[in-house]
This record gives sequence, structure tokens and C-alpha cells, in this order.
Amino acid sequence: MMIYVWAYIVGGLICVIGQLMFDVVKLTPGHTMSTLVVAGAIVDGLGWYEPLVEFAGAGATVPITSFGNALVHGALTELFETGWIGVISGIFKLTSAGISAAIIFSFLAALFVRPKG
Amino acid sequence: MLTGQQTWKFQREPRIISTATIVGPDEAKGPLGNSFDKCYDALEIEEKTWEKAERRLLNEATQLALSKKNLTPNDLQVYVGGDLLNQIVTNNFVARELKIPYLGVFGACSTSMESLAIVAQLVSSGAVKKGMAGASSHNCTVEKQFRYPTEYGAQKPPTAQYTVTGAGAAVVSLEGEGPAIEAATIGRVIDLGITDPFNMGGAMAPAAVDTIIAHLNDMNRSPKDYDLIVTGDLASVGHPIAIDLLKKEQVPIQSTHFDDCGLMIYNTKEQLVQAGGSGAGCSAVVTYGHLVDELNKGHLRRILVVATGALLSPITYQQGDSIPCIAHAVALKGKGVE
Amino acid sequence: MSNKKGNSKKYSRSNLSAQEYQSFAKTKEPPRSIFKNCLMAFFVGGAICCFGQGVTEFYMYIFKMSSQEASDPTVATLILIAVILTSLGIYDKFAQFAGAGSAVPVTGFANSVCSAALEHRSEGLVLGVGGNMFKLAGSVIVFGTVAAFFVGIAYMVLGIGGH
Repeated sequence: MMIYVWAYIVGGLICVIGQLMFDVVKLTPGHTMSTLVVAGAIVDGLGWYEPLVEFAGAGATVPITSFGNALVHGALTELFETGWIGVISGIFKLTSAGISAAIIFSFLAALFVRPKG
Repeated sequence: MLTGQQTWKFQREPRIISTATIVGPDEAKGPLGNSFDKCYDALEIEEKTWEKAERRLLNEATQLALSKKNLTPNDLQVYVGGDLLNQIVTNNFVARELKIPYLGVFGACSTSMESLAIVAQLVSSGAVKKGMAGASSHNCTVEKQFRYPTEYGAQKPPTAQYTVTGAGAAVVSLEGEGPAIEAATIGRVIDLGITDPFNMGGAMAPAAVDTIIAHLNDMNRSPKDYDLIVTGDLASVGHPIAIDLLKKEQVPIQSTHFDDCGLMIYNTKEQLVQAGGSGAGCSAVVTYGHLVDELNKGHLRRILVVATGALLSPITYQQGDSIPCIAHAVALKGKGVE
Repeated sequence: MSNKKGNSKKYSRSNLSAQEYQSFAKTKEPPRSIFKNCLMAFFVGGAICCFGQGVTEFYMYIFKMSSQEASDPTVATLILIAVILTSLGIYDKFAQFAGAGSAVPVTGFANSVCSAALEHRSEGLVLGVGGNMFKLAGSVIVFGTVAAFFVGIAYMVLGIGGH
């Protein structure tokens, strides 16, 4: 049960960081999301993202920072298992579900739906 | 005839003999909702794409302006129009339907008065007998081209403006009844370094002030010679800035009613439009609808419409350039005013 | 002769420098309600993450997956929901209030891909939808990939074998 509380708090705080980037630093959504992804990648590189996931569950895996985490995780796992080429070949291993889902569902949506303005 | 540095004072004053305004749902719900000729209740304007929707608005506005006075396109010798889309395609396609000589102009949101000034000059100088000026914009075509896809969830800051979905057209001739066009002041590009495309009002205010001062100097007038001076779309951020800049130059702007089309067209407190309206259609539908009505009814005697435009593109902004702006002013007077 | 009186201009043109004007214009910008926006971002973002936690546990207990295995279906489910809300025209209205609360979770990523796909359908499936789908999300993928590459290189160079 506690995991729900921490998921709420950690997820909420990551979103607050994003909001501060919008309102105080005055970054565009594109700049903000790119920064958060890179931050997630670096945090995982330092080995701190996995413990956050253990502790906060979806509070760490739902925000876009976890995308950076997954990209690094994939690269490093592959690096460990198959050697230096893993740095390139492993990157999309863990994020494949997210990217594929986004592409497939958006494509289907575009077939049937028009934007409403 | 050239008066001063940048003003054409018309010896033979052309008249706006007919106008038409066609708008979308948000404008219909605003304070001027009853002043428009036709309101559509959905942004699609019964078309399949946003771009076709904008064309429909302008096609209908041009046709209605003509039919109100039993005219056909062949009675005109020129159509001058513009919009915000790349290559001003909306007007290109509308001109295709009109099948008359066409001059496409780009003045961003200042297009309405830019086109009106040019048509007035062509009519007054005898180059054409009757001409039509038109301008249009559509909220979704502009969001798609300049900002984000319309279903994208980007939070707009309070300085952002809401593009008007609307088209306005005006038929101008030396003969006939309607508000007279006394003079037009052609603006120059002013850029004081604002780079934020979500703060157009702040970027455009200096251009509006420059043109107002040039007009008053060229015509040797002061603000109280007008019942109303109205800017195109400075909205709630740019309009107060313009007031301050005018006061700084000791222009007694408080001696007349100084308003803004972007503030008149929406109820900024109730409608989700952030700072107010913008777009080439904004000043067009407010001027050719409400303001021309008021002039015809005698509620307004002499007005100055100062349409303001931000001359940027998405690429110039991404390349770090600031926003150059311009404002064109047209002085209109009601029936029987000397 | 333009001016009948023949004297100098009535009103002088503004000679504000760009810097002076920019500082002045800044003071006239309505302040963003930073605190309120952060509060909304916290509430909405936290709620979406909580919901995500619920989805993960659903997959873990109903489909008997481990928490590792459940993460892919969770992400796919959240993306599907965001695509549906975007297609219904609701996501952007809700995002005006939620701000980063709706943009930062993976649902924001899905919204950016879906909204671009819907918008450019009018230019056809190949050039429109296919060519523009990653208009907004592209930067996230590019920067994420490049960052992951450099982190991987750093690990290689420092001789650490990865986790």
C-alpha cells in the first residue's frame, strides 16, 4: 500500500520539476522532455534510478525520465552481455514496447479520427 | 496624395460600400457575436481539413460582401487579400474562385488594413473603379503551422493569444454609401528584440505606437480628433504597453477611446483565450462588422484602425531571431462627417 | 508641403533602445501562477503515476507477471489510454490545467505522437502521418538515445561491465 503513496509523491515531484522548467526556466515542452529524458539516463548511469523504481514503483516508471532510464539500462545490459557493440544494439531493447505502442495506436487513431481543434 | 512621411490622404475619398464577416464558434460566443453576418458552430466549418475550412470562410465572406449590393466579381477590377498561411494559400485559392485581378499581400495580422489601404489607393487614384480587400485566419491552421498540432497538450502561458477563426471582406468604390476612407498610414518594420512567440502583444506594441505617432504627425492631428483609436490584436499584454509608450512620448491617448480588436472580440474573463484574440481575421471581422456598423449608424464619427502584425516564421524563431513587427493604420469616417 | 504649419513634428518618435524596451516589456508580463501550476502538476502527475501503479499490480496479479514483466504492458496500456483521450479531443483541454502533470508522464509522450499523427492525416498516410508522427516526440527519442550512448561509452571507458 505504501508504494501507492510513494508512487504519488515521487511521480508528482518529477512533474513539479517539469512544471518549474516550463514556468521558471521558460523552456518549451520539447526542451523540457528532452532534458528530463537525459536526466533519467544520467541518473541510471549513476546507478540511482533502479533503487528509485524499487521504492516508488510507477512513480519512477511512468514519468518520461524512465524512458531515459530504460534506454541506458538496455545499452548497459547488452554491453555486459555481448560486449562493446551492445552500447548501440541494446538501446531500444527495453523501450520497444513504449515506442511501438505509441506508433501503432497513433497510426490506427489517425485512420479513424480527425483532430477536433 | 502623400502627406508627411508615410501617410496617403485621399483627395477623392473612397467608400466602403459593403462588408461581410464570417466567423467560428468562439467568436460567435464573444461580446460581438451579434455583429457578424454568419457564425459557424464548429471549427471544421463543415469541411474536411482546417485549411479548407479557412478557405470556406473567406470564400463566403467575399461572395456575401458582393451579393449584399447585388454585385458579382466581374464588377471588381482587383481583389487584394492575405492571411497567415504559408504562401497565403487561403487567399490564392479564394482569388481563383473570384477570377479577377489579384494582389496577394502578407502583413501577418496587419493584413486587413494593409489590403484596405492598397485598395483605397487604387480606387482613389482611378486605377480601379471597384476593389475588394479581404483577410482571414483560422485558429487550427495557425496552431498547426506556427505552434503545435491542435490536439497536443501544451500549456499556454498567460501572454499567449488565441487566433480568431474568421474572415472579413470589404468592397471599396468612389460611388455608393458607406464609411469613407480618409487616409491610410503605411507602417514600417519595428523590432525591439522580443523573441518570445508566445508574447506577440509585447512584440507588436512598439510598431503600433510608431504608426499611430506617424499618422498623427503626418495628418497634424491629435487623438481627440478620433472617437476611437483601435489596435488590431495587441490584447491584454500589448495594449497597456502601447498606452504607456504613447504616454512616454506625451501623446494624449487618454483623450479618446483607445481599444483593441483582440480584447473586443472575446470575453477574456470567461473564454479560455489567455491574453485575447489575434490573427489576420481579428481586425478584419471586428472592423468590417461591428466598427463599420457603428459608423453607418452614426454612433462613431471618425475612427483610426491600427492593425498590427508580427512578421516571424517558425524557422526564424527557432534560429534565435527576434520578432519584427509592423502596423498599418486606416482612418475611417461615418456618413456626413467632414 | 505636408505640414501646413511647417514646423517640427507634433509628437516625437520613440527612441527606446531594444534593451530598455525588453526590460520594460518584462515588467508588463502577467505573472505565471507558478505555485498553482506546480500544485496542479503534482496532483495530476501523482494521480497518473498512482493509476500506473494500479495497472502494474493488475497485470502482476491477474496475469501472474513479475513486476519486471508487467512494466511493458503497463506502459502500453497508459499509451493506449492517452491515444484514446487525444483522439476524443480531451487531452489538450485537460493539459491546459494540468501542465507538466499531463506532459511529463509517458501519457504526454503518447499524446505528442498521436496529436501529430491526427493533425497530419490530411496530408496523407505516408507523407502526412508517417512523415510527421515524431514531430514533437523526436527530440525526446534523439536525446535519450544519444545520452544512453554516451553513458554506455562512459561505462566502457571506465571499464565497468554494466549492471
